[in-house]
Amino acid sequence: MRKTSWFNIGAVALGLAFLYLPIVILMIYSFNGSRLVTVWGGWSTRWYVELLNDRAMLESAWVTLRIALLSATAATVLGTLAAIALVRFGRFRGRMLFSGMIYAPLVMPEVITGLSLLLLFVAVDVDRGFWTITAAHTTLTACFVTVVVQSRLLTFDTSLEEAAMDLGCPPLRTFLSVTLPLIAPALASGWMLAFTLSLDDLVIASFTTGPGATTLPIRIYSEIRLGVKPEINAICSIMIAIVAIGIAAASLLSKFHNVARDGVGAFAVK
Amino acid sequence: MARTANGGGGAVDRTWGARLVVLIPYLWLIVFFLVPFLIVLKISLSHTAIAQPPYTPVFDPVAGWEGLKAFVAALSLENYAFIASDGLYLASYLKSLEVAVGSTVLLLLIGFPLAYGIARAPRHWQPALFVLVVLPFWTSFLIRIYAWVNILQRDGLLNQVLLALRIVDEPPAWLSTDTAVYIGIVYSYLPFMVLPIYATLEKMDETLIEAAADLGCPRWKAFWLVTLPLSLPGVIAGALLCFIPIVGEFVIPDLLGSSQTMMIGQTLWTEFFANRDWPVASAVAVVLLCLLVVPLAVYQQLQTRYPSGGR
Repeated sequence: MRKTSWFNIGAVALGLAFLYLPIVILMIYSFNGSRLVTVWGGWSTRWYVELLNDRAMLESAWVTLRIALLSATAATVLGTLAAIALVRFGRFRGRMLFSGMIYAPLVMPEVITGLSLLLLFVAVDVDRGFWTITAAHTTLTACFVTVVVQSRLLTFDTSLEEAAMDLGCPPLRTFLSVTLPLIAPALASGWMLAFTLSLDDLVIASFTTGPGATTLPIRIYSEIRLGVKPEINAICSIMIAIVAIGIAAASLLSKFHNVARDGVGAFAVK
Repeated sequence: MARTANGGGGAVDRTWGARLVVLIPYLWLIVFFLVPFLIVLKISLSHTAIAQPPYTPVFDPVAGWEGLKAFVAALSLENYAFIASDGLYLASYLKSLEVAVGSTVLLLLIGFPLAYGIARAPRHWQPALFVLVVLPFWTSFLIRIYAWVNILQRDGLLNQVLLALRIVDEPPAWLSTDTAVYIGIVYSYLPFMVLPIYATLEKMDETLIEAAADLGCPRWKAFWLVTLPLSLPGVIAGALLCFIPIVGEFVIPDLLGSSQTMMIGQTLWTEFFANRDWPVASAVAVVLLCLLVVPLAVYQQLQTRYPSGGR
């Protein structure tokens, strides 16, 4: 029997309080009736109502959502292909470079990635905006998807595939009817991870954006620079709520700790 | 190199379909990851110009060989010389390293006990505790920093509490200080430190500690001689996962820190967006990348040696 020491309980409780208190405070203050963000003026939903009338903010939310949907989907396809290449193809020419290009973006400072992508778009002279942000996000998030799917493929029982092949099933069909359903949970968590990363990104979007494509983080950032505003508390609370609902839905559909684990567990060296 | 995990697919015949599986992501990454770096390198060797794009020389593929020679001849190291001569950039790099080392140490001091606490919690609690640590990672980075702006501002919650408890008489300024930057960084990166450490601790064979205890080894000594060395891969991975991006961090020091000494990510941002000096911004990026080459290579090695799925 393991004994749980007070030190351990204390460490965990303090750590979790540190992680959650700021978010809880932010959400409480989004219901503050006062215009002064630091004075409590009673409960109110006025900032949420005001948000609904803020056309620019809604516009940004819509652009951000479309970019996230598109880039997460593209990244899932690319990332899955890359994961299959890394796990199943053994040694191929240029494998070192390939895995380098997968792992480096995971930790690369965003200012470098953003700057380099922008200079690429300038060099080939494309109009910057919706599509350049989407391409940039696809590139970055595909690497995260790769790591998530790769970890699932590594623990995968290949005898099922072999059985299908032995029975004369062609490779593509084996992939579609055996492999894909088995790694589908990893694809789902990869997609969710890519989606939230894209929703969240400020730095890379700032570099690769153009006229008419002001994403939500870019707008929120420019508002924050002008000071704390109650409307921003409201929009932030909504974004947190959306993520929370998404995660709750995922945990009902499957064991969420697997999804969550895939998400950041992607980084964990084991 | 050891044979890579070739999970039974050893006999994959390299049909065109199979080749495409490698080729599509490979080409995508070359175009959107590798080539951009070469462009950054090239532009860091160019001159600033008031033009569109704002640098010379611009490579002109139509001019052929002669054009290429003229292009190469016009490249120069002047941006690097400029960075080296201006103390501002050196100060920026040093500041970034200082903050990155300092906050990585803080993250280790806070993250290790947290990971240890979770790994030693009752089995049936562990998944829930694990999810609780991971969850903040899924919410927006920007929002989490903004939450701290709320708390740390002059008449924010922290000062209200401190004044109410009579710990201070005058509200101290928290925003625009290094303390705020450290708080923001530790807060944002904590999951990245906890997870790899937890992963190694969870796997650890606890009978080793029991054996040590049976042989009369005091608990702290068993921790020092057994637990810590065994968790080292996780500690190194966590430290690198935090250290590398923190060096180039922009959002946290920009929103929470002072404008006195900027971190290098902020300098690059200002150089690019405010001064519109693309060649110098590129040179700043290249130098930053050179600083990170060694930690990146170590991280790469770790990832290749223990791909994350070994659970």
